[in-house]
Amino acid sequence: MSDQKFDVAVIGAGPGGYVAAIRAAQLGLKTVVIERAHLGGICLNWGCIPTKALLRSAEVIHLARRGKDFGFTIKDLEVDLGKIVKRSRTVARRLSNGVAYLMKKNKVTVIDGEASLKAKGLIGVTKDGAALADVEADHIILATGARARTFPHLQPDGERIWTYKQALVPDEVPDELLVIGSGAIGIEFASFFNSLGSKVTVVEIMDRVLPVEDAEISGLARQAFEAQGMTILTGASVEALDSGADGVTARIKLADGAEQELRTDRVILAVGIVPNTDNLGLEELGVKTDRGHVVTDAHCRTNVDGLYAIGDITQPPWLAHKASHEAIICAETIAGQDPHPLDANKIAGCTYCTPQVASIGLTEEEARAEGHEIRVGRFPFQGNGKAIALGEPEGLVKTIFDAGTGELLGAHMIGAEVTELIQGYAVAMTGELTEAELMHTVFPHPTLSEMMHESVLDAYGRVIHI
Amino acid sequence: MPISILMPALSPTMETGKLAGWNVKEGEHVAPGDVIAEIETDKATMEVEAVEEGRLARILIEAGTEGVAVNTPIALLLEEGEDESALEGFDTQAPAAPAKDKPAEEKPAEDKPAEVKPTEAAAPAPAPAKPAEEAGARLFASPLARRMAAQNEIDLAQLQGSGPGGRIVKADIEAAMRTGAPKAAPAAASAPAAAAPAPAPMDPNRITALYEPGSFTEVALDNMRATIARRLTEAKRDVPHYYLSVDCQIDTLLGARKRLNERLEDGRISVNDFIIRAAALALIRVPDANAAFAGDRLLKFKHADISMAVAIEGGLITPIIRKADTKSLAEIAAESKQLAEKAKTRKLQPQEYEGGSFSVSNLGMFGIKNFTAVINPPQAAIMAVGAGEKRAVVAADGSLSAATMMTVTLSCDHRVIDGALGARLLAEFKTFIEDPVMMLA
Repeated sequence: MSDQKFDVAVIGAGPGGYVAAIRAAQLGLKTVVIERAHLGGICLNWGCIPTKALLRSAEVIHLARRGKDFGFTIKDLEVDLGKIVKRSRTVARRLSNGVAYLMKKNKVTVIDGEASLKAKGLIGVTKDGAALADVEADHIILATGARARTFPHLQPDGERIWTYKQALVPDEVPDELLVIGSGAIGIEFASFFNSLGSKVTVVEIMDRVLPVEDAEISGLARQAFEAQGMTILTGASVEALDSGADGVTARIKLADGAEQELRTDRVILAVGIVPNTDNLGLEELGVKTDRGHVVTDAHCRTNVDGLYAIGDITQPPWLAHKASHEAIICAETIAGQDPHPLDANKIAGCTYCTPQVASIGLTEEEARAEGHEIRVGRFPFQGNGKAIALGEPEGLVKTIFDAGTGELLGAHMIGAEVTELIQGYAVAMTGELTEAELMHTVFPHPTLSEMMHESVLDAYGRVIHI
Repeated sequence: MPISILMPALSPTMETGKLAGWNVKEGEHVAPGDVIAEIETDKATMEVEAVEEGRLARILIEAGTEGVAVNTPIALLLEEGEDESALEGFDTQAPAAPAKDKPAEEKPAEDKPAEVKPTEAAAPAPAPAKPAEEAGARLFASPLARRMAAQNEIDLAQLQGSGPGGRIVKADIEAAMRTGAPKAAPAAASAPAAAAPAPAPMDPNRITALYEPGSFTEVALDNMRATIARRLTEAKRDVPHYYLSVDCQIDTLLGARKRLNERLEDGRISVNDFIIRAAALALIRVPDANAAFAGDRLLKFKHADISMAVAIEGGLITPIIRKADTKSLAEIAAESKQLAEKAKTRKLQPQEYEGGSFSVSNLGMFGIKNFTAVINPPQAAIMAVGAGEKRAVVAADGSLSAATMMTVTLSCDHRVIDGALGARLLAEFKTFIEDPVMMLA
């Protein structure tokens, strides 16, 4: 490939990078995206999407097993893990092809190779270690994402000790599974394998599962997981993993200081992420980082002129939709527009375990810590007609308002389909609606969304259905 | 795909109109320029011409339908080679805008360079006919920002919004609280930004109930009547009117008019033509009064475009003598005659009655001695002209004599024309009217 000059070069084609490339192209900028693995990045290929495909299978299995609740029984329900995994891979491939189409449609040049910054405005691209091309660009967007974090004593071996990547393509359903870390990734895999019949143990170093969630929601989640048969060890840490011929032995330090040995078939490491900044040439250019993550301003600019960064390589939250939104802001900034900066507090987080968890804004604890006098609304699924009809009577919608101004500070939900509901509160928060507009909104009946209304009403002592 | 023929906007302010009639039938061929329908607005009846060639396949809005919104599809045209099947499933409600406008619309607004200043975005210029809305200009602020402003007695109108489109958001209120905000007047604080709603008109049914059934007939408001009702209510409610009257002696004018009319080969010059020219020249001499109120600014005109009120069947309309200050009496006479004719047959084009910098309303021919008129917004003044009549006049030396006097009353918008300015305008007018030879200067 001959050397080329572009207005914008994007390094990485995940949900940050490919969106930035499309938006830049839409704005009339000559754009190239350089990707070393797959268009769509982790999200489409090894993250959000294929896990959702697996979890959908788990959900259907779960429902089928509950058949008698709905008036039928399935005899000899057979689960074919190979086919479940195959479906997940097909879904991922289809979406990755979709990204290729979008690149073509928007006339974005795609270079298959590994990029590193040679100088300001200059990228060297290699493929399999050989120099492929030099790309010149006035503006360079770093969107290289992140990968699973490991520790010296917690190293994946790809056989028995997995990261998300091996966990996505399991060759068998392990009889016993140890999941280290109970953030979104750990809990989703725990939930998936639990549904398939594994005996799952989750070890979490913090004092509760899903530690970023509101404590009340976190508590309800733990109850639900334990009721499904999971063992949850919080305040605990895995001190050592010893992989043998017939399994892995984990030495676990429990909350009370005691040590426990646990034999398990497989281990999934889900103890956080590290940004992909190695070999990018950041140090040579003097790019400012904070604990490995690139520091950017509200418009995604780094401290180096003409160099931008978006997504997991930058500050948290490390979510695909945050990366995509930063991509828009970044491309528009480059095009000379003045987009509104991202408000990290108004980004919803979704976890697709069973039951689902979704939240936005401040937790109750955080709201109090910030000095808000608050009103809290709660509405349980069992008070909602649609939830009962669906056979999903477990769950809670919790809302937190500033008592003085009526500002919606946060919303936290657990239960069926809450990941699809949370956007309603995101719109409300972005539009700076108060409790008055939310109360005045007519929510359609019968829907789960009515609980969102009732929760607001409850915060003001006006709840109807409990 | 069939082409939708849309209800045209005959003027920038037109919202709805009556589809008065169809000049072609379904199935007939039309060529560009053919008159296919007649549209009646509050002001005029206008012809709709075909833009495209084709066959008028379907009439969607029947002749005689009132209140047809602008851009509603009114008929479907099939192009050469298309047959009726093309109409199937074609949603008649479909495109709200002409197809050719679509590409521009589809382009997201955000693609335009964000150059709009927040203040401009916050107060989009309303249609010129509605200064009322300008007075209480719509203010864009999030509900949370409104509440916080009210709680902290911050005047939202003084803030510049930093949100999308200049919307005032929480961060702006917090910034204002930090920097010492412009405080709202205590009275305003309780009702942030929301202007007090206009008192609702009485329920029509309650009004009819006041009268004995059968003692009246009901006449539905036509477009013109509805527009007069709305516009003049707005004007009288929202424009701070005040009135100035002056008596003008017009014997000299009448003599001059007589001599002119004896010598002119065609056409006659009316007293009203003199008044129009005198008003135009007075406005040029007092340019500060030759202005319109536009919410956050005044528009000062370079010429005097005089709207003359013409009574027509079912209402009135005000065609405009453009640049009357540059026209001779004979030109004004010819033009006013022609415009009055067109007004009476409802053939005025919108550009012939929209705009104008000043109005003249003359009820002298009905023997009215004097009256006050309602300002025609956004104009800042209207002159009400009474009858010329013989009156006893006391001269400076105390002697009595008979003279032909005419009383004119100027209604002024105090937002534009203060009392002294209005008085100067009227004095200049009087000078021209009483000594019409000055109009030759």
